[in-house]
Amino acid sequence: MKTYGGKVLFLDRSDINTDEIIPAKYLTEISKEALKPHMLEDFKFEGFNPQDQSLSEAKVIVTRSNFGCGSSREHAPWVFEVNDINVVIASSFARIFRQNMFNCGMLAIELSEKAIDELFAHRGADALISIDFDNDKLTMTSSRSSKTFDYQIAEFDKALVKAGGWVEFADLKY
Amino acid sequence: MTMTLAEKIFMSHLKDEPFPGTKVLNIDAVLCHEITTPVAINDLVARGKDRVFDPEKIKVVIDHVSPAKDTKTAIQGKIMRDWARRHNIRDFFDIGRNGVCHAIFPEKGYIRPGYTVIMGDSHTCTHGAFGAFAAGVGTTDLEVGILKGVCSFRAPETIRVNINGKLPDGVYAKDIILKVIKTLTVKGATDCVIEFRGDVVKGMSMESRMTLCNMAIEAGGTSGICMPDETTVGYLWPFISSDYKDKSAALADFKKWWSDEGCKYVKVLDIDVSTMQPQVTYGYKPDEVKDISEMEGTPVDQIYIGSCTNGRIEDLRVAAAYLKGRRISPLVRGVVSPATPRIFRQADEEGLIKIFMDSGFCVTNPTCGACLGMSNGVLAPGEVCASTTNRNFTGRMGKGGMVHLLSPAVAAVTAIVGKIADPRKFKKETI
Ligand code: SF4
Repeated sequence: MKTYGGKVLFLDRSDINTDEIIPAKYLTEISKEALKPHMLEDFKFEGFNPQDQSLSEAKVIVTRSNFGCGSSREHAPWVFEVNDINVVIASSFARIFRQNMFNCGMLAIELSEKAIDELFAHRGADALISIDFDNDKLTMTSSRSSKTFDYQIAEFDKALVKAGGWVEFADLKY
Repeated sequence: MTMTLAEKIFMSHLKDEPFPGTKVLNIDAVLCHEITTPVAINDLVARGKDRVFDPEKIKVVIDHVSPAKDTKTAIQGKIMRDWARRHNIRDFFDIGRNGVCHAIFPEKGYIRPGYTVIMGDSHTCTHGAFGAFAAGVGTTDLEVGILKGVCSFRAPETIRVNINGKLPDGVYAKDIILKVIKTLTVKGATDCVIEFRGDVVKGMSMESRMTLCNMAIEAGGTSGICMPDETTVGYLWPFISSDYKDKSAALADFKKWWSDEGCKYVKVLDIDVSTMQPQVTYGYKPDEVKDISEMEGTPVDQIYIGSCTNGRIEDLRVAAAYLKGRRISPLVRGVVSPATPRIFRQADEEGLIKIFMDSGFCVTNPTCGACLGMSNGVLAPGEVCASTTNRNFTGRMGKGGMVHLLSPAVAAVTAIVGKIADPRKFKKETI
């Protein structure tokens, strides 16, 4: 299994699409590693700079609703993966993106809008998120306070993460 | 028990339910293009699993960047060719025979009512126009589809959209689907199938139904879906005529897939098109849609007619009917990409290509082209395109560019005026 948790990158907008996460022009790359410098390159948002140093330290993304909408490109989870981000927490995901995350053994965690608001309240305060995968809990710790949230992911998706992704799971089982 | 069309397909294709709520389905058609498949192939090779479950059920096209524009895209094509030869995949459409995936596969008769279809492309939902369950998937799902012929889904709920009334002149399937997306929002159909019903859909050609289903994903939908009827039989007849004694036998067979009376919908939407205006997007999300009366006069730099949404013959006919005998504004450039070689040839035979060229349009070979800003038709920063495609995301047609989504009719008259214009104010010529 991959490692989950660490410093947090907050993306305070809904409907962030896969073209913003990794523009189509990089889809001609055959290696995941080549995507690395282009993460969120076309994501325009006040205060967000894709060249920002703190981006390279992030391990977890916290965002709003319908994250990952748009194209089916798995390059979106991959660009996070090669940047060492293996967890995205949102109030909802687009279906294909969500499945792509679990298929790659990464976590797409849904929390209520209220819980997401609480996570956002920690922004700019050295926020860290740790994940207790076996017990479906995540803890947000910052200089402000610390709080634990329960989350739910489908049993199937959990099994994929444990198996190291869908290819291994399916080739064994079907 | 009453069931929706999607539920019937799920029941008939269920291979496994490894956990409650997760359905693993047998897949009838695994479609591939050169952008998302090479990575899947390379990964299968790296894992020592370079196999395919059934070469007959895998269909391949090179469409996104065609012909190749540089070494990287040439390599993508080569990986596809070598792989198809290695595994004896015969339904392979290379340059010269290729077209936009969601236009060419239906045209070849590969999609049938009741089928399960996956592809590493979000607009796979297009094929639901034939009464199939057709879903876009990522590379890993595609890989497993290629290897094992299965794919996992959550049991879908169905949103029913009833489209009724009399379609006004100048208003088309594209306007209807933009209105539906505006109503549902970009996430309103997540994990759902959108079932298009009503008299307007019944009266539509397969081409228009594909336009509707194509953009189901823009509301988050897994698949669009239409009930397979006489029109479906008519379209597929060249491919199925040996399977049925006559068309009514085919229709009777197709009807078994229809959603049952009284089946459960998670939501029902009623749309009366009688007073509908042409629709145009104004922002960077496909649900940011306005009536044309609010958008008229918006300056543009480029007009693009093509794509899996609106690059089919009836789209070209509509655009040509407005363009015939007219010249496009010298302040804009027009690009039209017929979606397949057959459409191109037909457009040529009907004199449409000449109309486009006489008006000042550039006619390209069949390809995705400008739609995703990867090859021809890329915008410069600050430029604006009036486009018949399906996505207006930031940078979609080139970094810093902007796209207004609209119908082929609006695209054509916009080209003439050089600003977004209302086709209802123009005379259509007979072509
Ligand atoms: S035409 Fe555009 S939306 Fe359709 S398959 Fe090609 S790139 Fe995708």
